[in-house]
Amino acid sequence: MIKRMKEKIIHGLFFLNGLLVIAALLGIFLLLIVTALPAFKEIRLSEFLFTAVWDPTSYARPSYGILAMLAGTLLVTCGALLIAVPIGIGTAAYLAEVASPRVREIAKPVVEVLAGIPSVVIGFLGIVLVGPFVARIFHTSNGLNALNGSVLLAIMALPTIISLSEDALNAVPVSFCEASLALGASRWQTVILVKIPAALSGIIASCMLGMGRAIGETMTVLMATGCAQAMPHSFIDPVRTLTATIAIELGEVAYGSTHYYALFAVGLALFIITFMVNLASDVILHKYQNVVK
Amino acid sequence: MKSVKIIKISAGNFSFWYGAMKALSGISMDIYENAVTGIIGPSGCGKSTFLRSINRMNDLIRGSRADGAMLLDGKNIFEPDVDVVELRRRVGMVFQRSNPFPKTIFDNVAYGLRVNGIKDRNYIAAKVEKSLKDAALWGEVKDRLRQNAFELSGGQQQRLCIARALAVEPEVLLMDEPASALDPTATLKVEELIHELKKKYAIIIVTHNMQQAARISDYTAFFMMGELVEYDQTTKIFTNPSKKITEEYITGRFG
Repeated sequence: MIKRMKEKIIHGLFFLNGLLVIAALLGIFLLLIVTALPAFKEIRLSEFLFTAVWDPTSYARPSYGILAMLAGTLLVTCGALLIAVPIGIGTAAYLAEVASPRVREIAKPVVEVLAGIPSVVIGFLGIVLVGPFVARIFHTSNGLNALNGSVLLAIMALPTIISLSEDALNAVPVSFCEASLALGASRWQTVILVKIPAALSGIIASCMLGMGRAIGETMTVLMATGCAQAMPHSFIDPVRTLTATIAIELGEVAYGSTHYYALFAVGLALFIITFMVNLASDVILHKYQNVVK
Repeated sequence: MKSVKIIKISAGNFSFWYGAMKALSGISMDIYENAVTGIIGPSGCGKSTFLRSINRMNDLIRGSRADGAMLLDGKNIFEPDVDVVELRRRVGMVFQRSNPFPKTIFDNVAYGLRVNGIKDRNYIAAKVEKSLKDAALWGEVKDRLRQNAFELSGGQQQRLCIARALAVEPEVLLMDEPASALDPTATLKVEELIHELKKKYAIIIVTHNMQQAARISDYTAFFMMGELVEYDQTTKIFTNPSKKITEEYITGRFG
């Protein structure tokens, strides 16, 4: 009897834990919506989404267009993916296929530790190292631009991509590789023609998760991308991302003002983007697991 | 089979280790062209190791080591100048569990050709058709070559794997219990196929199934504890084995 009571209490505790997490997530989402909605009493949704000028403190006519920041976020993120995906998959293939067990045992934890470097440190690297380098190559006055941000975010997304892609490659049944090798395929042909296609959904999912991290990253891009309030036209233009805008302005805004609510609306937009990216990666990952079964 | 017997493969005092574990010790046997050689023996006796030594598939296992000679057409395949990729093209393999790639039926068969650098589409198409016909699968799949290979039944998948191995025109075909995961009808089809294929290839088949070994093989080798106990014509092994332990195994007293 007591044993059953104990079981029930433990069951209840775990249930409460789960509930708490879900409640917290829902709470954040609701808070975002509730705080963001009042912004749209004064700002038209079309202005918010489709105009490029963000000038909430203007005396004459405050404007709240996130298009330029949205473009900045997407530019920096896409650039980061362009750099991180090939390098990440290449490294994962190396770790899964070529590296000796000892190298793998050392390299994989090291890669995963890379994920733990504080973003402010990466941003610092961007200012003192990557920025000047970019400036010299493209002959710009300083290197604080979208490309700099992309390089740094690529560094931050790499651990996720490498680690999960390697897992996906290792999950490919040995029988596929044996079949390929037995037909006279070389090791690299096997990796490229059999293993990577078979692990593709896992690899895509890892890239999406890396992308999710890149989109939401704040401190690094705040420090390294120049924070210019204008529509970017190329990778060497300075940009300001959605996250950087919130981080810069939220501390100084008057509580309850339209500007205040508008910043939450920016947060909501960001939330929706990352949510969709994560959802997509989840769907792909799920499909992948079904295939492997 | 009384005509001239050509030796295709010859193992000479061949031993194999997985790390410190000796899996094969001092195997010496000749394997003939255009014949089916069956390898029987209890689990863990080294018969799969022997089979996988002939195309050096065990190279993939770290810490494995071979000693002695394994001659293919008189050339030791464990010598350092041997191109393993080329060896595996000459010595095809069919695995215990059918393992088609997650690709279309056509691409599965074409894979071996493509990795060997063949680009001529017409040639590939003709070769795929021929291989599927040789594997007695063409009639069942000719209208759905673009379907995923996983949609085939287990028996069809295994015949697809045989077709895939045939496409690269190997000289030897290694089969590791190719029918153990198949139902009786599919098994019969694979056995008939093996009977056809031996006209062109040297076939070596590992099997747990005594009746199967007796039915399809011309020669039978009995392995135990990593050693070759007895090797002779199948009729001799199954009717009048020279060693008592062979008889005990064949009659099912152990194993």
